[in-house]
Amino acid sequence: MKFMLEGKTICYGTGSVTHDSLSADSPAIVFIHGAGFDHSVWVMPARYFARHGFRVVAPDLPAHGASEGPPLASIGEMARWLNNLLNELQINSATIVGHSMGSLVAMSYAAQFPAETQKLAFLGASAPMPVGPVLLDAAQDNSPAAFAMANTWSHSHPGGLGASATPGMSNFVSGARWLQRMQPGVYYHDLAACNEFEPVLPDMPKAVLVINGAQDKMTPARNGLALASALKDVSDQQSATVQTVTLAGCGHSMLSERHNEVLDALTGLADG
Amino acid sequence: MPGFDTLSLHAGSEPDPTTGARATPIYQSAAFVFPDSDFAAGLFNIERTGHVYSRLSNPTNAVLEERMAALDQGVGAIATASGQAAMHLAVATLMGAGDHIVASRSLYGGTHNLLDYTLRRFGIQTTFVDPRDPNAFDAAIQPNTRLVFGEILGNPGLEVLNVPEIAHVAHAHQIPLLVDATFSTPYLCQPIALGADLVMHSATKFLSGHGVVIGGVLIDGGTFDWEDSGKFETMTEPYAGFHDLVFAEEFGPQAFITRARKEGIRDFGACMAPMTAFQILQGIETLPLRMARHVENTNSLVDFLKDHPMVEQVSYPGLASHPDHALAQELLPKGCGAVFSFSVKGGREGGRVLIENLEIFSHLANIGDAKSLIIHPASTTHHRMDSDALTAAGIDAGLVRVSVGLEDATDLIADLKAGLRRVEKTL
Repeated sequence: MKFMLEGKTICYGTGSVTHDSLSADSPAIVFIHGAGFDHSVWVMPARYFARHGFRVVAPDLPAHGASEGPPLASIGEMARWLNNLLNELQINSATIVGHSMGSLVAMSYAAQFPAETQKLAFLGASAPMPVGPVLLDAAQDNSPAAFAMANTWSHSHPGGLGASATPGMSNFVSGARWLQRMQPGVYYHDLAACNEFEPVLPDMPKAVLVINGAQDKMTPARNGLALASALKDVSDQQSATVQTVTLAGCGHSMLSERHNEVLDALTGLADG
Repeated sequence: MPGFDTLSLHAGSEPDPTTGARATPIYQSAAFVFPDSDFAAGLFNIERTGHVYSRLSNPTNAVLEERMAALDQGVGAIATASGQAAMHLAVATLMGAGDHIVASRSLYGGTHNLLDYTLRRFGIQTTFVDPRDPNAFDAAIQPNTRLVFGEILGNPGLEVLNVPEIAHVAHAHQIPLLVDATFSTPYLCQPIALGADLVMHSATKFLSGHGVVIGGVLIDGGTFDWEDSGKFETMTEPYAGFHDLVFAEEFGPQAFITRARKEGIRDFGACMAPMTAFQILQGIETLPLRMARHVENTNSLVDFLKDHPMVEQVSYPGLASHPDHALAQELLPKGCGAVFSFSVKGGREGGRVLIENLEIFSHLANIGDAKSLIIHPASTTHHRMDSDALTAAGIDAGLVRVSVGLEDATDLIADLKAGLRRVEKTL
């Protein structure tokens, strides 16, 4: 789906179900992609929730996928841009799901717009999310080595060899192709935004889900568990629930490596 | 990513989670049980991953598909009933009646039949051009052209396809390049890394390697930008056959291979049997070892034949005398495969006598077996042609095509030596 926002063309996925065909009070769910990716990584969960009556918004952040640039400089700006988009779409409240960099956008969104945040899901999350200087430097130089490093670290051992959840697909090569589709400079912007993000724990929404990959080398599972623990400390005071799911043998690319388990966890959050 | 040899053994597979079986099990099942109705609906609507029906996907086939995708640097692959089925799947996924293909004119006969006769009946035209001339590809492209196609090593002349240059030509017109890499396998050449967008193989040949199955594979590089091209409605327009799904928008770099599975394999149904996939996987496990030996033996035979008094000429890109030798060294640095041709003195009769007096070489119409194979077109596949017709087709009356196997090279040379001596005595 394409339309104009702030004078620029932006693209977002709806799970192949247009919002017009759903009632205005249908629940909404937002999927925010990670650094260097676009909305198409969310195709299967987007289609699931669309079929189950959700208004799905899986945006291409500016300069990603089919959305016009330039890239936004900070996580906070991305969250404000997302809020503008949801306002344009007349979505007042939504479950916000983010993967990797997208989880930081979700966190910032929840902190800036608590009344609009129903539930949160952080996939492959770490707060803060420091990025090593070797990867940052390579990305700044638009070196193919940046993609190679990130793609290698994003897969578990079985994920790197294949054993894809989707029949006939190569997780590893697909991950590389998504990154290679990006315009020069965008990946560096994304990584720098992650590196500079200073986490602010959000006002707790009704429920939070943290999904970790036990073999995640980009955002190790211990970081996700620490985030969940910090959120639980807050939730104890606010009577919200924090659920943690750690997927054995799974890497950072959990959407391609363990799609069904990720979707099961998201379904539990949305239905809970 | 692990190295080629490791991928040949492991890509796409892991020990069976249910039984612990280390070899890839043969899932000889037509269909797969749904855990519940909503999961089933999710599988049909591309929300869930898994298997429904073995025409669409099968766990054994999926291992082969992932392995080939990894070896050829593709985002995904589909195993098909034959190499011909892989070719047809590529064409049918990209175009329909009124569209056009530009193809090398040096092609496997079956592919030529499909393009020049059968697809014309369905409204898809093909213009054939000199595979050595990128400008000829460029000149033949029309507004309705939707595919550029060639074989990495042409048939019968073993012309080396200049993949980087022809990809450049195709991409300048926003059209993808499909390469048939059957002769090279990904061990000798990975066309996607050279600029091609799609690759197909007859897995019957060197991939399976033992002459026991018929199969094909189509691989999507995930490199072509369908939305930017704007020429491919199957990728960028809503597809009524799947609830108005727009494949390029929803699947990004995996759009082509997803459309091919959700439409082409679903509707045309030229799928691979799981037992076949298993046998091809067994072959691929030793692909690096076999291809190295195939090439080594080929070099020995070519070296023997090129100076033999009963041989008029040998055609093999590994030879300095071949017109594409320099290009072959660049694109096929590990070797030019194990198929070559040579012309026996004595024309049609010389070829016939040689073929009928060999002991180790098998006289049959195939390539890529572990056993050495040979065929004499003028007395077999092209026996109805007179000398003039053979010349027009680029086939010398004494030409024989050899697919070199894995026997001892000394035994193969001895067999050829004896056969050529018989030719000499007969003439």
